Amino acid sequence: MTHATPETGSHLHLDRLTKAYGAQTVLSGIELTIPSGHFTAIVGRSGCGKSTLLRLLSGLETSNGGDIRVGGTPLRGVNQQARIMFQDGRLLPWKTVLDNVGLGLRGDWRPRGLEVLRHVGLQERAHDWIARLSGGQRQRVALAKALITRPRLMLLDEPLGALDALTRIEMQSLIESLWLEQGFTTILVTHDVEEAVTLADRILVLEEGRIARDFANDLPRPRRRGDPGFAHLTARVLESILLRNRPSEAPPQASGVPDGHAREASADSGMAALSH
Amino acid sequence: MVRGFSSGRRGRLKRTLVPWLVPALLLAFWQVSSMLGWIPTRILPAPTAIALAGLQLARSGELWTHLSVSAARAGGGFLIGASLGLFFGVLNGLLRRAELLLDSSFQMLRNIPPLAMIPLVILWFGIGEEARVFLVSLGVFFPVYLNTFNGIRSIDPGLLEMGRVYGLSNWKIITDIVLPGAMPSILVGVRFSLGIAWIILIVGEQIAANSGIGYLAMNAREFMQTDIIVFSILLYALLGKFSDALARKLEFRLLPWHPNFQRLSKEFRARPALS
Repeated sequence: MTHATPETGSHLHLDRLTKAYGAQTVLSGIELTIPSGHFTAIVGRSGCGKSTLLRLLSGLETSNGGDIRVGGTPLRGVNQQARIMFQDGRLLPWKTVLDNVGLGLRGDWRPRGLEVLRHVGLQERAHDWIARLSGGQRQRVALAKALITRPRLMLLDEPLGALDALTRIEMQSLIESLWLEQGFTTILVTHDVEEAVTLADRILVLEEGRIARDFANDLPRPRRRGDPGFAHLTARVLESILLRNRPSEAPPQASGVPDGHAREASADSGMAALSH
Repeated sequence: MVRGFSSGRRGRLKRTLVPWLVPALLLAFWQVSSMLGWIPTRILPAPTAIALAGLQLARSGELWTHLSVSAARAGGGFLIGASLGLFFGVLNGLLRRAELLLDSSFQMLRNIPPLAMIPLVILWFGIGEEARVFLVSLGVFFPVYLNTFNGIRSIDPGLLEMGRVYGLSNWKIITDIVLPGAMPSILVGVRFSLGIAWIILIVGEQIAANSGIGYLAMNAREFMQTDIIVFSILLYALLGKFSDALARKLEFRLLPWHPNFQRLSKEFRARPALS
């Protein structure tokens, strides 16, 4: 387990990072520096490469060109500083909540496991089976499981995508408070522009494997959906995603695009509903 | 929680009794038909006559000898066949190379009915124990092998990937993710193969044996003892039911986390709170 130092978050530097599957280029020449402890959101349509970027950062996949430096050293194999949290939680149904949290740990991790579960508000469910938890509770367990090793880099791959709107808002504030408290560098991949504006210091719009736009977000925390600044930034980010692709939308759409379009559009209308 | 049945004592009583309703009615009908002479005794003796025959066999001790011989054959054959099936299922499930090497051979062998091997097996082993144990093992091997293999292959790849990100060793991935994930499927194979073990044994014992329940039935045929024949047949039904119940017990014990078993099991919680 790593010790908490003044600089607990990973510093990331991506240099001309490229990834292709066969002839299809998913990421082309990504240049990006993420300072320690920053909260960055990556938004974009389905298939824009945002999940691939996250998988490269976790070391689950290797790039075809360029490199990733974590705190100055090039990444090889699985990123030891990072924990990734998936949309589907990926918990083991044959283990209890607590045993899921401590998966793969050695030594006396149980007290720490209970403490982390208390952090996410699930201490009293520690000995339940996963099948008995709701979707939101499962994601809390996934979060606790990511937190127990005190990661320096937290990679969130649409972690709240499958949750209902109210649970999502609850989980957002939980993630925000844990991030403020523990200072890990966080990268959030999401379809939900409002979620990105709520949580991130910086919002990157990914498009066809490139960073198309880079928004800084210095709205004061905690952020409220109704605030003019919030609504303004959300609209700008949405616009940059929606407008840029207009010309290519005229012919029959490629697979994957309509889904992303619909989701972002619904995020838009959701924002409208909340801000009026 | 369980639809259609109230929980509590009365519900449990109902759950135990209802499955026996149809057999009990059939039995009553059979008994009455025999007593009225609708069914000749030579064709099918009355249930009471069969029970009496069974009682006599039990008293003389003959029943227990044959029963234990048959159970040993079924159990031994099952253990050998299931262990081999589990071993090769895990091996081929985990290693593509092993699958490439072995799977198509297994698939070819699978399509030979074990009972078709009887003449050859008798030539190989004579009519000793080996012949029957071999046949049972052969019949048991394939369901266990196939279900283990499929169980391992159908594990959510996301879980395996998660294991890698969380730094699990290969051994840990096998013991904590692969085997428990494949367990429901493995147990289906076990349950299925227990049934097959008995079926093969019946035929094996009737064709070439001098002990066991199948022998008991064949021997009774020589003397036209229909009651003993029917009793032997019923014995197989009971043994099959018994081993199936055993397999279900095993499922409850090994799959406490599974939603299918949770709703029936009293203990939802895996283990007592930390001490």
